[in-house]
This record gives sequence, structure tokens and C-alpha cells, in this order.
Amino acid sequence: MPVARFSCACVYLLNNFTRFGLVTLDMPSENRILLLFAHPSLERSEVNADLLAVSRGVEGVTVVDLYAEYPSFRIDIDREQQRLREHDVVVFMFPLYWYSTPAILKEWQDLVLEHGFAYGHEGTELRGKWFLCAFTAGGSESAYREQGYNHYSVRELLRPLEQTATLCGMHYLPPFGLFGARTALDEGRVEGHLQGWCRLLKQLQGGQLEPQRAQEFEQLQHYLTEAGLDQAGAAR
Amino acid sequence: MTGYLLSAFIYLCAACIAVPVAKRLGLGSVLGYLVAGVVIGPVLGLVGSETTEIQHFAEFGVVMMLFLVGLELEPRMLWTMRTRLLGLGGLQVAITASVFAAASLLLGLDWRMAIAVGLLLSLSSTAIVLQTFNEKGLGATPGGRSAFSVLLFQDIAVIPMLALIPLLAIPGQAGGGDHGGGHGELSLVAHLSGWAYALVVIAAVAVVIGVGHFLSRPLFRFVAETGLREAFTATALALVIGIAVLMSLVGLSPALGTFLAGVVLATSEFRHELETDIEPFKGLLLGLFFITVGAGIQFPVLQDNLVTVLGLTAGVMLVKGVILFGLALLFNTRRGDGWLFSLSLAQAGEFGFVLLSYSQQNHVLEGELVSILALVVALSMFLTPLLFILYDALVLPRYEDNSGQREADSIDSRGPVIIAGSGRFGQVVNRLLRANGIGTVVLDRNPAQVENLRQVKTPSYFGDATRPDLLHSAGVEEASLFVVAIDDRDQAVGLVQHLKQAHPQLPVLVRAFDRGHHYALEDAGADFVVYETYHSALELGVEALRTLGYHPFRAEKLRVAFDEQERVGRAKLYEAWREKSEGDKYGTSHTELYIQLNEAMGELMQTDRDDRHSRSERGWTPPPKGYADDLKDDPQPG
Repeated sequence: MPVARFSCACVYLLNNFTRFGLVTLDMPSENRILLLFAHPSLERSEVNADLLAVSRGVEGVTVVDLYAEYPSFRIDIDREQQRLREHDVVVFMFPLYWYSTPAILKEWQDLVLEHGFAYGHEGTELRGKWFLCAFTAGGSESAYREQGYNHYSVRELLRPLEQTATLCGMHYLPPFGLFGARTALDEGRVEGHLQGWCRLLKQLQGGQLEPQRAQEFEQLQHYLTEAGLDQAGAAR
Repeated sequence: MTGYLLSAFIYLCAACIAVPVAKRLGLGSVLGYLVAGVVIGPVLGLVGSETTEIQHFAEFGVVMMLFLVGLELEPRMLWTMRTRLLGLGGLQVAITASVFAAASLLLGLDWRMAIAVGLLLSLSSTAIVLQTFNEKGLGATPGGRSAFSVLLFQDIAVIPMLALIPLLAIPGQAGGGDHGGGHGELSLVAHLSGWAYALVVIAAVAVVIGVGHFLSRPLFRFVAETGLREAFTATALALVIGIAVLMSLVGLSPALGTFLAGVVLATSEFRHELETDIEPFKGLLLGLFFITVGAGIQFPVLQDNLVTVLGLTAGVMLVKGVILFGLALLFNTRRGDGWLFSLSLAQAGEFGFVLLSYSQQNHVLEGELVSILALVVALSMFLTPLLFILYDALVLPRYEDNSGQREADSIDSRGPVIIAGSGRFGQVVNRLLRANGIGTVVLDRNPAQVENLRQVKTPSYFGDATRPDLLHSAGVEEASLFVVAIDDRDQAVGLVQHLKQAHPQLPVLVRAFDRGHHYALEDAGADFVVYETYHSALELGVEALRTLGYHPFRAEKLRVAFDEQERVGRAKLYEAWREKSEGDKYGTSHTELYIQLNEAMGELMQTDRDDRHSRSERGWTPPPKGYADDLKDDPQPG
């Protein structure tokens, strides 16, 4: 998988930038990222499998392949809650299935986000953490708007997740995604997406994003462009 | 009697000292035997004239070796390697033999002798090379595969060569034959005319194929059903010896006959068991053969012809190496693999000795020439380990950057899954794997069971999976996974112990019968253990809950809760069991703990019924009433 290998090399370089270059000593330690990955047929994947691989290559990111860990949906609630406690950024990474997440991510929410843990009077464990969806969609970007055949933007379709995050007191970031994913490989768009994803992970770790400003955008990419964070040199 | 035992003792002692030392030094067992022979023969003078006689007897090891070569040769496997086998192997033997024959002619030998010399020098040492490949893990490399093809071709080519050599006999010299020649032996065909002889030969071959194909299976099954291992061994030996005798009686090569029988039996369910039974005899006899070769080395000859022998050896290895290197280029085996191919096969081999002594018996080659050639062959074999060291030290580092590529290859060549025991349990495992195109090797010691499986086209073999040598011939070294589903509890534990000790990297998945068996298996190092009845019992339990009116999903949740608690309890009980002394494994405290855990399970299920916020319902529990009082609406604008 040469694509993944090249991107890993990028990640390695980026890692070393942070390690040896521009990080000052009094800066707070990096944000810890928990990436919950859900793809029910990974063996057919053309984009998500590579995303999973490059994410695993980034130091400081905890990657959980949910379908691998809980093939019969028997999610270990205590373990998952402990994972949440130990991280600052929670990422759902998934291909869009019927305008939503694959089933196991819904199961994960139903089981793990308990009253008294995630919400409710004593449920304050998630407060102040960041939440992000990294999706891939089969349809083109133009299909996901009012005039398109899908009629809603992905941000609108993922409203339940946005509200869940908000109720739990998390900072919601607009979704980061790849459209036209079924043809992305043939059209040579995967490599760029992988590089953008690795860059974003580093930016999340470094706390370079402003959630208030990002809130205003339909997609995270739009914010990154606007904030000048979409260039290779932008990761610090 | 005592005399025989004494020389047997001397041979065995020499072997059991020299072979381990040679292996420890990385020289391979063949060299060990040769050195042992040199020590007890020329050096210490412990054995003398009887070596020639023993050598004739020990040559039977070669006959057995060809039987085993035949057993390994499934027609399908032959077909996939046909290009390398025929092209590479055929060209190597043809070119090398021609070059050496021409050189011998130039040196003034008779043409018949020249052909014999060319043939015997064209062969390489299967025993040394394959042994070394195994030890160094080079067998799967392109160079290793090419070398294997050539060796295989040579092993097969020996058969026509053995048939050819008597025809090369020089008439004038044959008259004075004294021992070992064809005249004194039993023969059915001595006085037959040409066409009758041809008929007899064809009939004999037909008998071998017919017996191998039709008669051997019912016979083996009949013997195997007795369950007596030695009876099976006796039958296997009787088969090989019988065929060898038949072939000798009609004047054909015994090696050819047993090779044919081997090929016929290659697809039989008894293949691995036959291999396992014949293998030690072959090993011992070949070892004996090498010892006699070492013992027969004539040091006076070496002293008198030191320069000649050394020069010839160097010349032979150089010429063979150059020819091999050319062939490697021709067949696109390049870089490090080309060097491996050329260096590994540059020696003369054990079949060279066989041809040599056979040529001597048949009066093709005689006198000092035989002694000198024997020295050349032996010396080139002695030097082979040095060539492998040369490859490791000089060639490999130059092509080190290639190694990444090689690792990527090895993922594709994933070994098969070996399933020991193909009863009602192992069978299901096997079906799931095979349905997904995963190669399996099924072993079972019940011949009737194997027969049933074969009828539904499941490749399976008769054999006792607890025998390490059978595991070896089933390919345990290359296996990617091992499933233990045999019926005997103690043997299952023993098998797991052996596997984890001999192949620590090999994952072992095991079926257990009950709690105690489960612990013992876990203790033995099994990677995964499952109760044979646990999951089906749980299934029936859940069905019972449903029948009693539980909502199916609630029944399912209760199953999950039960299962999780059971796992926790199992781990605790296992720890308690491990801490116990040997005699008291299931003593009173264990029983107490078991009762405690059972009560804990009952309590868990009980609270589940009373309290809505219990473990098995976690996550689907609605929030408490009035939970929304804490939540505030956004302040109204304006």
C-alpha cells in the first residue's frame, strides 16, 4: 500500500517537527486523541482502510477498530468509558451509511454515554472535550445540499451527533470528510485526503483549532482553508 | 552374533558422537556420518573388510529414500513446477554430465567410463542442501525453490541412470566379476527370450501400480484398524521390501519400483503415516551408508594423489558452479538468489557415491579411479558448508536491501492449518475453513473416519497426531495454525505441550471437554480453549428462557451477562486451581470457590430481575424519571 506508506512518512516528518522544532517547553502537553473507527466491511474499503492505517501511525492517537474489538456488539462499557476519560478529543471515523454512522457507533452511544457519566446531574466526564466526525460519502459534494438529490448537508444529517455532543458539554467541530469516495482512488484523490487528515490530527493534538470560529462552517475543510491551516507547513 | 552386535555398536556409537557434533558446528548430518566413518575406518581401524558388505545392505536406504521422494510427489505439485523441474533440472544434469564426460574423454578414459563419470558428477547432494535450507530458512526463496527443483529432477534422474550403468559395463572386465554382480543373484528372467522378458517387466510394473492403487488401501485400513503401530510399520516395510524384491527378480532397479509405488500412494490417506514409518529406517540406512563411505576412504590413495584429488575437487566445483550460474541467469534467478542457487548445488552428492559403487559392482569403473572419485565427491561435500558460510558472509550483505521484498512475499505463502481430530468437532472447524478457501491438513487415527471424509472430498490423512514425526511430515513447521480436537484428553494436553515447546510461534486452538481439561490445556500453553458443550448448552438455555415467555432480546442480554460472569469465574477458578498442589487440584477449597461463584451468578441474575439499573441492562436503561429537570433551555432572544 504505497499510498499509506508515503503518508506515514509525512506523519513521521510532522512528528519530528513537533518533537525537535517549534514546540516550546512551557506549552501544555498535547491533546490526547481517541479515534473510534467503524467500518463493517473493511476488506472492501478503498479509503477508510488507508485512513485507519495512517491514523495508527500517528504517535499519541489511540485508534480503536470497533468492529474488530466487538464483532458481536458486546461493547465493554467500563473499558469504553475509561478510554473517554483518558482522552481530550473524540473522533468518530466511518463511511456514511444511510445518512448516519454504521450501526456499531449507534450501539456504542446507546451503551457508553450513560446517564451519570456523560450527561445528567453528575454526568460531567465529557465536559470540555472536543468531538469530531471524519466521514467518507459515496455521493458528490453537490448532492449534499438543498438542491442536490440528498437535500441536506452532511452537517445537517449528523445533527443527532452534534446535539449529543452539545448535551454532553463537548466542543463540536463540523465534520471532516471525503465526498465521491467510490471513485476517489481512481481519480487520485485519496493521497491528498490522507495527508490532510494526518495534518488535522497533528493540529488537533497541538490545539491549533478554534472551535467557536469552526462552528460557523458546514465542513471543517472550509474552516481550515479560511484559517490558513490547510497547507503542509501549517501544522506546528 | 556377538561380532555383528559389536560392529553395530561401533557404527552406532560413531554416529551418535559425530553427527551431533557436526550439526552443532553447522556442518549437517551427512558430513557427521562421513567423518564418523573416517574415524572408525582408516583412522582407528575399528572396522575393516565388512564395510563393503554393509554398504550393499545400506544402499537399501537409497531405495527407501526414493520411495519417500515418490510419496512427496503429488502429480499436481509436479505440474506447477514443470518449467523449473524439466528446464532447469534437465539442463543442469544434461550440460554438467556432458561437460564432465567430455573432460574425462580428453583425460583418456574409455567412453563408457566417461559417461559414468559425467553422470555421477552431475548430481548434487539432496541430503546436505535440503538440510541446510531447512536450518537457514532458505527453502522459500526463489533461489531455494530453483535449487529444490534441480535436486528433485536429479533424484528422479538417478533412476534411469541406475538402469543405464549396467549397460555401460565393459565386457572384458565383467568376466572376472566376483561379488555383487547380477550373476549370482536370484532371477526370474535369466533364461527368458527378449519378448517374454519385456512382457514380464511390463507385468511387474503393472503389479506395482495395481498393488499400490487398489490393494494397498484396504490392506492398510485393515492393519490400521488393529490400532497397533508396529503392525502398520511392518506392513509399510513389507510393501517397500516386497516391491524391491520383485523389481530385482525381474532385473529392474528396486529404486525405480519403490519410487513408482511412492507416486501411486502420494494421494493416499496413509501417505503421512507411511512417510513417518519409513523415514527412520531410511535415515538410519542412509547414515550407515555414509559411514561406510567414510570408512572406505583410502588414505594412502589420498596421500599419493593429494594434488590430483584437490585439483579435481576444485575443478569439479568450479565447473558445476559456473554452469549453475549460467542457468540461473537463463531462468531469471538473479542477484542473491542466483548466487545461492549456484553455491548451494556446486558439490557432488550422495547419489554420486551410489552410482560410484554401483558402477564398481557392474565393472564400469574400477580400481584407483573409483577411490579418487570417491575422494573428490566426499571432499566436495565437505566443502559445501563453507560455500554456505561464504554466501552468508559475502553475498547476502550485498543484496540486503532486497530483504523487504522477500518478507512481503512470505505473507502470501501462508501455510496450511493442521486439524488434529476430524470427529464431529474438528469436522465443523474444517468445513468453515475450507469453505473460505483456507488450506487444511486433517489428521485422524480412525481409518473409517478418514475414509468417510475422503468420500466427501475432504483431504484427510490417517495417523496419530500426537507423534512428532507425523506432525513433521504433515508440515507442522510451515503451518500457520494448529487446531487440536482429538478425543483423548491426556493426549490432547500432551500434544499442546509438545506443540508449544517445539513451535512456540504456532498458535494452538483447542477443544476442551470440561472444566478440569480446560485448566490443564490452558496450563499447557494453549492460545485458545473452548468447552465443547458450553456454547450449545447456553444456546439451549436461552431458548428455554424464550419458551418461558422472556422477550428474545432480553433473553439474549441475559445470555451475555451470564457469559461474562462465567468468564470472570472461570479465570478465578483457574487461578485457584493453579495455586493448588498437584494432589489436591479439586480439593475442598476449590469446591467452595465454585459454590461461591455460583452464588454470585445467582445474585447477579437476581438483582437483574429486581433492579432496573443492573449489569445486563446497562446502556439500554432509560434515564431516571425527572432527569430533564437539570437541563435548561437556551435563553429566549429579546
